[in-house]
Parts: sequence; C-alpha cells; structure tokens
Amino acid sequence: MTRRDFINKLKFFILTPFFKNELLNLIVQTFRYGKNKFGMVIDISKCIGCGECVRACKEENNVPKYPFYFRTWIERYIIFEDGEVYVESPDGGFNGFKKISPPKKIAKSFFVPKLCNQCEEAPCVQVCPVGATYETDDGVVLVDKKYCIGCGYCIQACPYGARYFHPETKTPDKCTFCYHRIKKGLLPVCVLVCPQNARIFGKIDDPDSPVYKFLKSYPLQVLKSHLRTHPKVYYKDMDMEVR
Amino acid sequence: MEMEHLYEVLRSIEGFIYPNEIELRWSILIVLYPYVTGLVAGAFILASLEKVFEIRDVRPTYRLSLLTALAFLICAPLPLVFHITHPFRGFEIFLTPHLSSAMAVFGFVYIWYLMAILLIEIWLEYRKEIIEFSKINKGIKGFIYKILTLGVKEINEEIEDFDKRFGKFIAIIGIPSAILLHGYVGFIFGSVKANPWWSSVIMPVIFLFSAMVSGIALVIFIYMVLNYLKGKEPSIPCLDAMAKYLLYSIIIDFSLEMLDLVQRIYEAEEFFDMFQILIKGKLFISLFIFQILIGAILPILFLGYIRIFGSSDSAKKFTYFLVSVMVLIGIFATRWNVVIGGQLFSKSLRGLTIYKLGLIGREGIYASMGLLFLPFLILLFLIWLLPPYEKERRV
Repeated sequence: MTRRDFINKLKFFILTPFFKNELLNLIVQTFRYGKNKFGMVIDISKCIGCGECVRACKEENNVPKYPFYFRTWIERYIIFEDGEVYVESPDGGFNGFKKISPPKKIAKSFFVPKLCNQCEEAPCVQVCPVGATYETDDGVVLVDKKYCIGCGYCIQACPYGARYFHPETKTPDKCTFCYHRIKKGLLPVCVLVCPQNARIFGKIDDPDSPVYKFLKSYPLQVLKSHLRTHPKVYYKDMDMEVR
Repeated sequence: MEMEHLYEVLRSIEGFIYPNEIELRWSILIVLYPYVTGLVAGAFILASLEKVFEIRDVRPTYRLSLLTALAFLICAPLPLVFHITHPFRGFEIFLTPHLSSAMAVFGFVYIWYLMAILLIEIWLEYRKEIIEFSKINKGIKGFIYKILTLGVKEINEEIEDFDKRFGKFIAIIGIPSAILLHGYVGFIFGSVKANPWWSSVIMPVIFLFSAMVSGIALVIFIYMVLNYLKGKEPSIPCLDAMAKYLLYSIIIDFSLEMLDLVQRIYEAEEFFDMFQILIKGKLFISLFIFQILIGAILPILFLGYIRIFGSSDSAKKFTYFLVSVMVLIGIFATRWNVVIGGQLFSKSLRGLTIYKLGLIGREGIYASMGLLFLPFLILLFLIWLLPPYEKERRV
C-alpha cells in the first residue's frame, strides 16, 4: 500500500460505523498485499524476432513511432565461435531483423524481448521525488503523467533502460503490462500477438495461472539479479551474455 | 528538430545501447546544479574558518564568503527548475514529497540551509549596520534596510553580545548543514545503483571535498577581482591562509578521487571494460587533462611550491589567481565527468552514446552561461546592499 492509499483509506477508519463494508474490504486487501501480482515469463528459445510485439505495443499504447521510444523491444544476440558477442536492436526490432552474412562462424544466436521488469523493489519508485511513479496493488509499476514533474531521475535509476521520455507528455513512459487491458481480464497486447507464445502472462501466485506453472516447473532467470530489484519478468533459457 | 538531433546521435552510437538510451536525459543544467551547490557549501565552510575556528587571517573574506554563498545558493535550484519539464508542478516536491527519494529530501535540506543557517547568520552579522544604514539612507535603499531591520530601531550591547554568541552557534550548526547540503548532492548520484559510474559510497565524500576546493577557489577569485576593480591591494596574509586551505582541500579531494579510481581499476568488476573505453576515449580530455591535471596536479604543484619555497607578493597574487581559475575549471570538469560521463555508456555495458551540447534552447550553452553568470549579478547587488569590507562598514 502506498502512502497516498493509506491516507485515502484512513478516512474509512474514521467513518467506520457508517462504512463497514469498506473497512472489511480494506482488511481483506491489506492481508492480500504482496500476493496476487502480475508477472510475465519470456521463453527466449521460442522468440523468432518477428517484431510483432513491438509493432502491436506501439499501436496499442500510442508510443511515438520514432526509433528512440519503446515500451518493449527485441535484442538479437550473436555469439561467434571465438567468443565475440554482437548485440543489435535495429529500430528496437520494429521491422524484424535482417538476415546477416557474418565474416566468421556463429556459435549461437537468439532473440531477447525486453520490457519493463515491473520490479518488486523498483528503483524508479524509490527515487521519484513526488511519488508520481508508484506500484499498484497488483504489482504493476505505473507513472502518473499528471503528477510527474519531469525530472528524469527514474530514467537514471532504471537499470534496464525500460523508460523513455515521451516527447508529447514530457513525462517518462514505460510498459504497464497494458494495464488498461489486464484490468478487464484481457492479455497485454504483446502477449496476445506473439505467434510463438514466447510471452506468457498471468498472476505469479495463482495456481491456475500459466506464469505460476512456469515458475514452478522450469529454471528461470531475471535480468541483473545482483541489483536486488526483484523483477517480475522472468526469462527461460537465458544466456549468460544477456544484460 | 529534436528528432533530427536524435537521428544524428543514433548514427554516432558505438557498440550496442538500449534503444531508449539514445536520448541522454540529464544535460549541462544538471552539471551546473552540483557545481553551483558545491560553490555554496565551499564558500560557507571558508566563512566558518573565521567564525568557528577563529582563523583571523581570513577575516577580510568572512562577509564576502557569506554573501557569495547566499548569491549562489539563491541560484542553486534554478538549473533544476529549468531542467524539469513541468516546472509548475515542481513545488510538489515540498508539498507531497516522496520521502524515499534522495531528490525529494534535498528540497528540505536546501530550505533548511537557506532559511535556518545562511540568512540568519548573515542577518546577525549585519544587524547593527542594517539599523544604522536604515537611519541614514533614504529612498529605495533606505526602505530595503528598514524592512531588513524587522522593526528593531535600537540595539544595545547586551543584544549585540547575544547576537555574537547566537551567530557563532548558527555557524557551528552551519558546518554540518553545509556538509549535509553537498554530501547530499553526492548521494543523489552515489545512490543510483543502476549506474556503476555513479554508484559509490565514497561519492558524497568526494563531492564534499571538491565543494570545499571550488568554494575556496571561488572566494579567492572574487576577492582578487573585487580588489582589482576597486584598485586596492588584497591582503596577502588572507590570501596565503586561503591558499593554504585550498591546497589541503585539493590534496584530500585528489587523494579520494584517485582512491576511487584505483579501487575501480583494481576490482575490475563487470563494468571495467566499459570503464576503460570511457576514460581512454570520450572522457580522456575532461578527466585527465581538465579534472586531474589542471584541476588538481598543477594547483598542488604551484601552491606547494609557494608554501615550501615562498615567493614575492606579486608572484603569489598571480599564482593564486591562476590557481583559482584553474581549480574552478577543474571542478566544473569533475561535475561534467560525473553527470555526463555517467550517461555516456549504456547500462547494457556494451556501448556508448554521445552528448551534443547545443548553443541555444533551454538546455543550451547560452542558457547555462546565463545561469552561471546570474549569481555574480546577485552578488554585486548584495555587495551594494551589504558592504563586506572593513573600511566601508564604518558609518
């Protein structure tokens, strides 16, 4: 619960005799805190780098079409026999990836879709001077565009480069797991359009959720775990070169 | 226009960077912010040498240091206000601060320092004269003095004595406050764990000592320029004393910076490959030439030579002036290397972006130079209102 929520809910305590239901609700919600959160698993071995998710995301969320602004993007890793690593993300993978004819032999190559990691201990939430970036009860980190002062501290604090500065609202913007969709029971648009089912979405502690099943069945990794941000985006089959 | 600029940056990228990192968010204005704040803290600590530690040699610059600190402190938040894209919501930092944010708490540290320390100390120092000035001056100037007296028309020895003791008390709590002010700015950068160039426990301490270095250099610079403009001779014992403390501060600051550098090189963590490319490439001139050579090694050599072997007064004056300018440039480079240097590499640690400094616009060179020049104008006004020299103080 954020401070703002707490103060909002405090008035229900004061008016307890008149608002029993709200009070009960509050108690239920308080005890459910830390649970019932959304998460995503990305199965790297399935991603073909088609860019469908990037295009759909830009369309759905009014992300500027320029190649400097992404809520989600795809990186291609090429690891050569001699150990050299080549990484690219032309236009964030918006137009897919071109076939390349490298000068030397490739050992392995794979695509890594990236997005906001919806960290449990989000550095962006911690550093926002006015609390315009906050975490919802269901674990999604959102930006209040009408409250943000535009200092850009959150962009500096994000270890994943998941935030960009929206040229129209003049505030930072980032992936919200398509919050407007998931609250209606729909899937985030990138999950919906992925032809490979490389993105799996759901509640991380609901036994019926596909994410829960993945978390319990496979070895998974998160990005930059040493920073203790506790991401809720998990990667399956992730190579050690991915950062 | 903006997009063309970004396309140009896109073409200059080396290696791989996250696509959202093409736009470098914190510009020269954020370089100015710790620079100006550091000058404030440094100038104030210099003033405290006289007030708290009773080092009489620096007495001629006591008032000047306080006024300098005030002039720069008034301007310290301006780069931030210029930089944030919704400046009219900026006051929310004070009204609804998010207390886990280093930046939010800075607002309160700033207000505390301005209202509880600096203004009170200056007012107590000048109180007697303000009352006298309010009686002999007419017109706007007299009116300003009347407001500044806060309605007190007479002052006796008892009150004067109290003012002196209370002023000393304020100066004493002012030292940790000044340390807090600038150490805190260092913490704003040093606490960003996402950025290995910034994330360092020693960052606030380095900021603090570099603040003292730049603040003392600034007061030497202003003191000498003011004397030159008035056609007067600056006090050599005073300059010697300031130069002595400048030398000590530079040595401590430089040692800490080198400790940080050596530690990073010796530990050679994940960030090390990028670190090497950065300091040998894009930051080479601003780091090795400006920050280390011009900002530290040469000043240490020059000031050290004078301290050990002595020299004539005119040579001293020339050297002190030269060193003060070199140090001011060097510390600016230090801030540049922290703020801009920390954004030049990708957090993927696989590539570099570039920073193109424009001439015009809110974050261009002209605006920045204006912001850097403004405190000097404010200082001139303050000197006009509250003369800092012994001779002029006698009414």
